[in-house]
Amino acid sequence: MILVWLIGILLIGGVLASFAGRWSAQLPRWISLIAIGTDFILAVIIWAGSAFHGSRPWLDEVDCNWVPSLGIHFHLALDGLSLLMLILTFLLGIMSVLASWTEIREKVGFFHFNLMWVLSGIAGVFLAMDLFLFYFAWELMLVPMYFLIVIWGHERRVYAAVKFFLFTQCSGLLMLIAILALYFIHHRTTGVYTFEYSELLGTKLGGAELWVMLGFFVAFAVKLPAVPLHTWLPDAHTEAPTAGSIILAGLLLKTGAYGLIRFVVPLFPDAAREFAPIALGLAAIGIVYGAVMAYSQTDLKRLVAYTSVSHLGFVLLGIFSLNQLALQGAVMTMICHGLSTGALFVLVGGLQERLHTRDLGQMGGLWAVVPRLSGAALFFGLASLGLPGLGDFVGEFLVMLGSYRVSIAATVVTCLGVLASTFYALRMVQRAFQGPNAHAWKIPDLNPREAFMMIVMIVGLLWLGFFPQTVLNTSAQALNNLQVQSPVAALWR
Amino acid sequence: MINAADVIALLPILLISATAGVVMLSIAFRRSHVLAAGLTLAGLAGAFISIFPALPFAPRQITSLLLVDRFALFYIGLIIASAAVVAMISYDYFEHQDIHHGELYLLLLLATLGCAVLVASTHFVSFLLGLEILSVSLYALIAYLKDRDQGLEAGIKYLILASASAAFLLFGMALIYAAAGTMEFSRIREISSGSGDLVLLGAGVVLTVTGIGFKLGVVPFHLWTPDVYEGAPAPVAAFVATTSKTAVVALLLRYFGLSSVLQYRGVFVVFAIIAIASMCAGNLLALEQRNVKRILAYSSIAHFGYILVAFLAGDAMATEAVSFYLVAYTATLLAAFGVVTVLSSAKRDADDIEDYRGLFWKRPVLASVLTVALFSLAGIPATMGFVSKFYVLATGAAASSWPLILILAITSVAGLFYYLRVVVALYSAPPARVFTETISISKSGMFNVVALSIVLIWSGIYPTPLLNLVRANMVRANMVRTDPGRTAAVLGDARNGSFVTKPNR
Repeated sequence: MILVWLIGILLIGGVLASFAGRWSAQLPRWISLIAIGTDFILAVIIWAGSAFHGSRPWLDEVDCNWVPSLGIHFHLALDGLSLLMLILTFLLGIMSVLASWTEIREKVGFFHFNLMWVLSGIAGVFLAMDLFLFYFAWELMLVPMYFLIVIWGHERRVYAAVKFFLFTQCSGLLMLIAILALYFIHHRTTGVYTFEYSELLGTKLGGAELWVMLGFFVAFAVKLPAVPLHTWLPDAHTEAPTAGSIILAGLLLKTGAYGLIRFVVPLFPDAAREFAPIALGLAAIGIVYGAVMAYSQTDLKRLVAYTSVSHLGFVLLGIFSLNQLALQGAVMTMICHGLSTGALFVLVGGLQERLHTRDLGQMGGLWAVVPRLSGAALFFGLASLGLPGLGDFVGEFLVMLGSYRVSIAATVVTCLGVLASTFYALRMVQRAFQGPNAHAWKIPDLNPREAFMMIVMIVGLLWLGFFPQTVLNTSAQALNNLQVQSPVAALWR
Repeated sequence: MINAADVIALLPILLISATAGVVMLSIAFRRSHVLAAGLTLAGLAGAFISIFPALPFAPRQITSLLLVDRFALFYIGLIIASAAVVAMISYDYFEHQDIHHGELYLLLLLATLGCAVLVASTHFVSFLLGLEILSVSLYALIAYLKDRDQGLEAGIKYLILASASAAFLLFGMALIYAAAGTMEFSRIREISSGSGDLVLLGAGVVLTVTGIGFKLGVVPFHLWTPDVYEGAPAPVAAFVATTSKTAVVALLLRYFGLSSVLQYRGVFVVFAIIAIASMCAGNLLALEQRNVKRILAYSSIAHFGYILVAFLAGDAMATEAVSFYLVAYTATLLAAFGVVTVLSSAKRDADDIEDYRGLFWKRPVLASVLTVALFSLAGIPATMGFVSKFYVLATGAAASSWPLILILAITSVAGLFYYLRVVVALYSAPPARVFTETISISKSGMFNVVALSIVLIWSGIYPTPLLNLVRANMVRANMVRTDPGRTAAVLGDARNGSFVTKPNR
């Protein structure tokens, strides 16, 4: 039942926050903080206890009938992979509440309502084990995200929000058709109507497999985003309020990667193997393209947005290398990217709140004015370029170790991307924080709230960088179970 | 001969007719808006309740004209419920108009009667009677506010096009009669599977499709839709969009189910083209619209395209999917038009998108209802519209009509674009200039739209009860494409007045 509560607390908290917004602007913030904090603590408690569960496939599970006539179940289940994603979700949820503490001054109640509902949708995506429920949560998280962008976003928010919604909806509908195809083909071969993940595993799809897999792949590739389906991302990330950017980059993109790991490869092993060269190519292109585009941006927020394209390319590379090492790296990259990019968006949001601009040309010399903020930016910039000792390095290194066994060419191209990432990260730091303070900025440095956020994320990245094994153990357990369940076991060694 | 059991089975239809008579007499004695509206609602409520005593007698063939079975009673219930909502939202809307109020309800009742006859008809005579009762009432209803030019234009447009399409329909019926020698839907089947004149029959079927297509407003018979929706008073537009179309779709299911003409490749292709054209044209033409009523009109064109996709599957699941879709569509559009009605002033309808700018910050409840309705139309999860769209896609997938459902998916993304345009307006900053024109919010209207939005969300999250209701009421004999032997037996029983259905799930 705790899984239902994890989602329920957010839903109820959102409604409470929306009503509380009528009386006070402060109350919704505290309600959100308490609700998401409670979820975070619950998730950590589950994690601490997870070592005792041994070989059971799920750490926890809820399964009841929802629409029995169509074989739809309300089935939530938690394994190590879902758990890591949930902890990331709640941690970044707390960060986004804190990041909007002073940024959001209008319609505070409704803002936190949307914030918590988008988090609950994301949590639903990470927990759903019924494909209908998965699609339900998948689509549902878009609506509050759309509102976050369209109401509290920056100048071109309407354009960005509509583009984001259309991209994800279109790809989502293709996935829905693919889900239905899988459902009916499974019925044809077994006589059972079901959307249950574990039952659909191993369905013999024959010639349709590639097409059905592509339906899923497109939906996840748009979210990831894989080049050339990424064009919504720079707009949405740039125009969203800080909390929206954190959730988009830190979490929504991860739902795409999670979908690939959880559904595409296990459900369609043969098609995935057949498709892997193309996916690896897309990944390598994405890594280089994202880095080059990031380098050429003048809008600081857009720069950070493009780094996501590059980093998620690593995730795609790791997943379609189809071996355990690369997959572990992909999971690690997902988590570290959530922290480092989330922190960068917090910093950019903080800068924008102070300077009222995101233009790199307007900045410069800020180190003398705001040393703590600049130091934090340097740290996360270095994390982003993959400095050893920080989490991102571990993830990307593992991915490349794994992908080298599969495709040397893709790995070589990827290395160029890593090189390019050095340029954009250092350029960002140089242009914004070093050199003369030409515009004579006088702005306050990080306040205690912001400093607290930075410290949490810095500690997190250092910990992931020096002790990655704690996280790797949890995900290994889950990925091993995925192997046991799926017929690609032989493939993933 | 008609006996007591027949009367009880027909009670819903009889009560609607009787209410129309009573309302007419009441107008003769005393002109009172409250009285007319109250009598109408009481009559509709009575007719709705009388469905329950009629249920045990279903299925019952009454003469060769009408078949009262669970299918018909289900649709009669839906029609009465939506007509009642229209009556309730009409009251405050028309209260401030300087017109005679009583006739409005009279016409509304007659139109409802026409719809009820349509869903029960199994014969061309009752088909035409029902359709004409409906159409004639609608001409007057659409032009009811005769001081508004647009209303008059819409009424006349509808009159001319509806008459023309009725002429086509009659000609088609004549051709079928010439080929088959019968006007009963179920007998057409015997001819079509036997040695009859298939050319005449095919031409006749296509001509009847013209008449049906006009009422549904599907491409290429859609030209009246935006103008009529825009010109008609908002509650009447709601009736045209929901009740009248629901009845015609029910008739389509019955007509094609019993006559099983969908098995002909030609008829199938005609419908597939109509479906594709409606989905594309409806969604694409709506993109440039700035008038909410016109947006809803184009969206309804697209939605009936979706319905046809499910209808084309032609099996039991298709009937269920179409029926479920109609319930969802009716509730959704009534909510949307309900909001338009509530926001409209005595001078003009609130149909410009600018009327909705920043509405969420002024009237959060109404804006939320409209948001739910628009999301339901767009098929976003947690609304009834999503479940119905899912059902339609599933039906298409089960019948392996991949091209159709792919087009459905892609065009509905275009649809999302114009729904979002309204949603964006709802949540954007309110305009600087303050409207001096204040409107009094109708309490009955508010009650209705809020209730509808709760239904929309509840059924979107937990659709099982409604799904079961729809499933329980869909007559298996409406699908005859797959199992000719059993259908023939069922139809034989039908003619003897003891229509037996065997649920096979």
